Amino acid sequence: MDQVLEYTPIIISGTITTIELTVASAIVALIIAFTVGLSRFSRFAAVRVAAVIYLEFFRGTSAIVQMFFMFYVLPLLGIHLSPLLAGIIACGFNLGSYGSEVVRGAIQAVPRTQHEAATALNYTSYQKFRYILLPQAIPVMIPTFGNLLIELLKLTAVASLITISDLTFMAQIIRVQTALTLEPFLVIMVIYFVIASCLVAITDFIAKKIAKGRNLTIRKGI
Amino acid sequence: MNWSWKVVYDVLPQMLEGLVITVQATIIGALVAYALGLILAIMRMSNSRIISLSTYWISEFIRRTPLLVQLYFLFYVLPDLGIFLEPLEAGIIGLGLHFSTYTSEVFRAGIENVPTGQWEAAKSLNYRPYQTMRYVILPQAIPPMIPPLANYLITMFKETPLLSAITVVELFNAANIYSNSHYKYLEPMTLVGLFFLIVSVPSAYIAMWLERKYQRRYARNH
Repeated sequence: MDQVLEYTPIIISGTITTIELTVASAIVALIIAFTVGLSRFSRFAAVRVAAVIYLEFFRGTSAIVQMFFMFYVLPLLGIHLSPLLAGIIACGFNLGSYGSEVVRGAIQAVPRTQHEAATALNYTSYQKFRYILLPQAIPVMIPTFGNLLIELLKLTAVASLITISDLTFMAQIIRVQTALTLEPFLVIMVIYFVIASCLVAITDFIAKKIAKGRNLTIRKGI
Repeated sequence: MNWSWKVVYDVLPQMLEGLVITVQATIIGALVAYALGLILAIMRMSNSRIISLSTYWISEFIRRTPLLVQLYFLFYVLPDLGIFLEPLEAGIIGLGLHFSTYTSEVFRAGIENVPTGQWEAAKSLNYRPYQTMRYVILPQAIPPMIPPLANYLITMFKETPLLSAITVVELFNAANIYSNSHYKYLEPMTLVGLFFLIVSVPSAYIAMWLERKYQRRYARNH
């Protein structure tokens, strides 16, 4: 254990990288989730089809394959991404596809009468989503987004395979340099657990905050 | 950067061998996940608070830490403790253990969703616990579980490339090994992506079809 303590600085730097990677890809994933999710309601068939293709492509191929593709194949096509950027994009694009289904499901779960009321009041499509559908759909999305955030955190571990020095990568370095196995992996598992538990606490807090005074019952998942 | 069919013919046989390993890992891993998930669900519903709470936190720990790190743990730590596993065995145990924490929620929800009146009816008919489970509870609890369990099977299939990190030569690793020794990344990586799409997109639609089928039956009976 003392030997592992010597490596505290690199574990801390790995933790910071993991958190950075998680936060940055969460932002990418959120933007994609709403863009793709809302595109499913477009009046243009081409936009709807494009959204489905995106969804099936990124949900259907494995995240690790997408990451390796971005890291090894894109440079051959003239697109050079730094490992960190490739990691952020791969994690964000992958989780964004799952998130888009959450957005779509939550909007569809808003009762039909609300959609009809918006039409009856002659709301434009922008007004309908902005003032009627999204305010009711977003609280429903939060718990599932919380679960996806944990999945995202776990996905960032895969980024260690494309040379990003996150927690998992650091544990491997310690293992190779000290020949210790139990200690480094146990330490980083506990760190992952603590980060994940913080994320759970944050999403629970947001869910409670947003549901307050809205007379909504928050369900787990959709 | 040109697509070369020669590379495709070259790598395809190795990838097909890898696909066999992938399918094996998925199916055996899923069986482990289902069996272990059922045990976890029963322990979670135990009347003893100690058993139920410790099961909860162990499940949460497994669920909130990355599968990749758990695989490293099984692969590097167990041999130091005197337990020697083949890479594929470690991979299957890792997959099964990780996803059992997800399937246990499916089992628990399925059993808890059977109305209490059914338990009471079985009791008033003087059914033994075995008869209650076999003839009253399980026939109602199992059908709604099938679609989510099928979905986890697809998820596990997409997670199998992680086994490459512990030297299992499955579909992705077969392609990766070829890529690294021939410096050809475009074709093998694209093929891996295609393989995953070909399997997981149709299976996702089958899972959706199952969901609709069992929802309809549920709606008719209630």
